[in-house]
Amino acid sequence: MTLKARVIPCLDVKDGRVVKGVNFLDLVDAGDPVEAAKAYDLAGADELCFLDITASSDNRETIFDVVARTADHCFMPVTVGGGVRAVTDIRKLLLAGADKVAINSAAVSNPDFVAEAADKFGNQCIVVSIDAKKVSAAGEANRWEIFTHGGRNPTGIDAVEFAGRMVERGAGELLVTSMDRDGTKVGYDLELTRAIADSVRVPVIASGGVGDLDDLVAGVKQGHATAVLAASIFHFGTYTVGEAKRYMADHGIAMRLD
Amino acid sequence: MRVAIIDYGSGNLRSATKAFERAAREAGIEASIELTDKPDVVAAADRVVLPGVGAYADCRAGLNAVSGMNEALVEAVENKARPFLGICVGMQLMSSRGLEKTTTEGLDWIKGDVIEMTPSDPDLKIPQIGWNTLELNSPHPLFDGIATGPNGLHAYFVHSYHLAAANPAEVIATTDYGGAMTAFVGRDNLAGAQFHPEKSQKLGLALISNFLRWKP
Repeated sequence: MTLKARVIPCLDVKDGRVVKGVNFLDLVDAGDPVEAAKAYDLAGADELCFLDITASSDNRETIFDVVARTADHCFMPVTVGGGVRAVTDIRKLLLAGADKVAINSAAVSNPDFVAEAADKFGNQCIVVSIDAKKVSAAGEANRWEIFTHGGRNPTGIDAVEFAGRMVERGAGELLVTSMDRDGTKVGYDLELTRAIADSVRVPVIASGGVGDLDDLVAGVKQGHATAVLAASIFHFGTYTVGEAKRYMADHGIAMRLD
Repeated sequence: MRVAIIDYGSGNLRSATKAFERAAREAGIEASIELTDKPDVVAAADRVVLPGVGAYADCRAGLNAVSGMNEALVEAVENKARPFLGICVGMQLMSSRGLEKTTTEGLDWIKGDVIEMTPSDPDLKIPQIGWNTLELNSPHPLFDGIATGPNGLHAYFVHSYHLAAANPAEVIATTDYGGAMTAFVGRDNLAGAQFHPEKSQKLGLALISNFLRWKP
């Protein structure tokens, strides 16, 4: 009897639509995030993550509708990230049916917002999303820096130190994404994941770079993450969530298979 | 049957409401699920659900802030003995006291304090976030037909604190997280889940159906 590692499919959503068509099962509408969410729910996903990348503030309302329609059908935990900058954003997402919110750039520009959000909604509800790139040269001790704006803007902030500060402010969980690895399919930055996971008391979700199922296993065993997030391997039907979980279980990781 | 889910500004209320509606539909139970902040609706309800996420003290303050709600809870749950289900912090509020951040008085329905979890294995993360199995200490109608134990169904937990009940007989189920943590409490018409039935898929919907059928 033990807590199980989690597999979390992530959907990028823009203007209420899945950014890259989801290529699995026979979805009625492959561009509808709710259809994808239902399919992941059936496939045994342990949680679901929506990342809202809607640029225009006019269309920000679309994500609330997506979350609300998902909550009508899926009885699993849902995290929503992207554009979470104010307490009112969080309240609206929670009322729509989200369980947790992921705070990204607002945590960098205004760390007190994390504290305010955690005080108001509880630490369990606040995920801080950390986008980091390796900045140490070959031969130097590993060092990672926080980048914002999809990896374009350096901040000079050390990622491991930032992680610790976010937990002090009340982050209940950390979503650690390697911007070097994101979209590369060569696997998580395991050293980054482990450096952060070993330095904080809260759970860490590994993200960025998954190419095959061994990467998920490594995220838990070598990266010391308690949850693994992936997008494209599931969207493009390379593997199902069920296959991923069985594979991880076969490699000695305690998984929920019911 | 009228089921009141208490809205006091805490919790993922939409998913709780939707889960109760779905469970009622699947079980073929005629039930109107009302998300309400009105004490008279709670006092008149056939079943009462208290959800809750966040810190103990904040939830207690939120409940106190709804004028007449504490009295309505006493009327429905103590005087009329309507079936009651607390969820997560809603379950923790059933205790005598919460010791999170500060000491806060609870509803005092299940004697004991809500204390920080101290897993024996220092590598275990706090909060416990995710899916874990349940160990049933004693049979309870809300677990009818639900497989428990190491090979049983999983429940979804998100918590750093748990209810250390004074009377072990009131701890219906535990979950192992570096030691036995309280997962479910109950006595008479009172039941409380530390985990989130509304997020626990199969196990959750089955438990909610059982709650709707429950005749304590």
